Amino acid sequence: METIYRRPALLADLPTHYCPGCGHGTVHRLVAETIEGLGIGSRTICVAPVGCAVLAYKYFVLDCCVAAHGRAPAMATGLKRVLPDRVIFTYQGDGDLASIGGNEILHAALRGEPITIIFVNNGVYGMTGGQMAPTTPLGMRTTSSPLGRDSQQQGYPIHLPELLAALPGVAYAARRSTHSVAEIRRARQAIQRAFTVQLRGLGLGIVELLGACPTNWQVTPVEALEFIEQVMLPVYPLGEFKVAAELGA
Amino acid sequence: MARELWKGNEALAEAAVRAGAEAFFGYPITPQTELLEYMARRMPELGRTFLQAESEIAAIHMVYGAACAGVRALSSSSSPGISLMQEGLSYLAGSEVPCVLVDIMRGGPGLGNIQPSQSDYFQLTRSAGHGDFHPLVLAPSTVQEAVDLMYASFDLAFGWRTLVILAGDGTLGQMMEPVEMPPMRALAVERPDWALTGAAGRSPRVISSLYLDAAELEQSNLRLQAKLQQMAATQQRWESFCVEDADYLVVAFGTVARIAQSAVRAARRAGIRVGLFRPVTLWPYPRQPLDAICPQLRGVLVVEMNGGQMVEDVRCVVRERVPVRFLGHLGGVIPMPDEIEAELAQLVSLSGRAAFS
Repeated sequence: METIYRRPALLADLPTHYCPGCGHGTVHRLVAETIEGLGIGSRTICVAPVGCAVLAYKYFVLDCCVAAHGRAPAMATGLKRVLPDRVIFTYQGDGDLASIGGNEILHAALRGEPITIIFVNNGVYGMTGGQMAPTTPLGMRTTSSPLGRDSQQQGYPIHLPELLAALPGVAYAARRSTHSVAEIRRARQAIQRAFTVQLRGLGLGIVELLGACPTNWQVTPVEALEFIEQVMLPVYPLGEFKVAAELGA
Repeated sequence: MARELWKGNEALAEAAVRAGAEAFFGYPITPQTELLEYMARRMPELGRTFLQAESEIAAIHMVYGAACAGVRALSSSSSPGISLMQEGLSYLAGSEVPCVLVDIMRGGPGLGNIQPSQSDYFQLTRSAGHGDFHPLVLAPSTVQEAVDLMYASFDLAFGWRTLVILAGDGTLGQMMEPVEMPPMRALAVERPDWALTGAAGRSPRVISSLYLDAAELEQSNLRLQAKLQQMAATQQRWESFCVEDADYLVVAFGTVARIAQSAVRAARRAGIRVGLFRPVTLWPYPRQPLDAICPQLRGVLVVEMNGGQMVEDVRCVVRERVPVRFLGHLGGVIPMPDEIEAELAQLVSLSGRAAFS
């Protein structure tokens, strides 16, 4: 009998702490599959964030460390500089990467650090209970924007891959989603490319992945997928914003 | 080896190189910048890592990352930069990842100025970050001692899995003195058994300061506390001068101790039996040796370049057995020997009877 579906070897056989319908489970799987597929598991180090994915080290069967909030790109820089032949990736949420860690990701990108950034965007601070993130769409109600995000008061959502794509140090920048099977397949390809640019020493690779947060969006897991399509996608267009020429089509 | 003239900041950098530092991450700030500049030249020359970070925050987290790989990594900064690094220091402590940090202290609070100061004493010894921990804090008083302590610091850091901070004031960083440099050490080939290197042929390792379960975090903290107690019991360093027959004691650290030594000599010439006690470790504070001197004393004078910080440790040890006076200058003003002598004279007159030999 042919096995057509199994748990990736680099994902621990554990129940996760993630809520039902959470996007992290899908993204964890895609990352583990990619690392396994590239055959780099024994030389890959994960830098986990502060936020819902803080426990990523429990699930990835990899050497892992946990950075302070937002500092994962700096920690990854330190690791990569002393271990240039290892593969270093950070796994970060939107509050971690786009808010408190804005300076660290900007400068890691400016330096063209050959590291991979897996960036999960669900438009809220999940771990602390659904506060407004820099990625919260305009009009969306959160516990810290109870009247809905107002651009006059709280500014505009950040489009990080588009911003970083402008920097010469960035070799790959894309946004993908996890709300449908077709998009998950594209997401897997983007994650693979974000690792490949590191393996080829081309620069920093970043993939933003739109992920569901049914708990803090206060919808069911199925409704959350519709929420991505109807609320997130109009704000966050999917696509590849930078693909290093050396990567090919 | 011949003695050469070295500027404090550059001597610290070269001593770190010779002690086997493989990675330096830093950010420019006066009065420590020469250390960073020296590393910018020296580290690439040896095929080692130098990186100017975008901030002190990033610099300490880069150190954290490199140190997680088990290499000897360091950073240097000055007071306002240390404030920014405190986040990283707490994570380093929480995960027991060793590294070395230099603080060339300047006047504060706030932007303060770039003049020498010792006002980070509380910050370094008591509150180097959130949570329960102390770094090992070394306070050299000469450029040679700065070199020697830096040379020993990585062994201490890795031996105890602790953060080691070398605390000098701006004077030490900026002045030039003759130094005998220690020999160049070979870089460590073996990585410690906790280092992240990629889980090839072994089970994965995790470096984290997260313990969500209260009992687990308490256990982790108790382990850390037990280690700190062991360090406190075995790592006290100090130097004393003319204490054998002393009736009075001046306590000072860093460059202030050198000024105090001049004052002690002058006071001795004037007939006051006074000695000098100079803590080399600020944490752990050399309580036992200071305590051992106390019974013979009639009074203590503490001199610092701050508003009175170490004096609290001294008072803890002296426990009101004799008067403890404090002379402090702040904001970059350096105490002069004649002021210290005048304070000593005051102390002698206040402590009841003069102690002329």
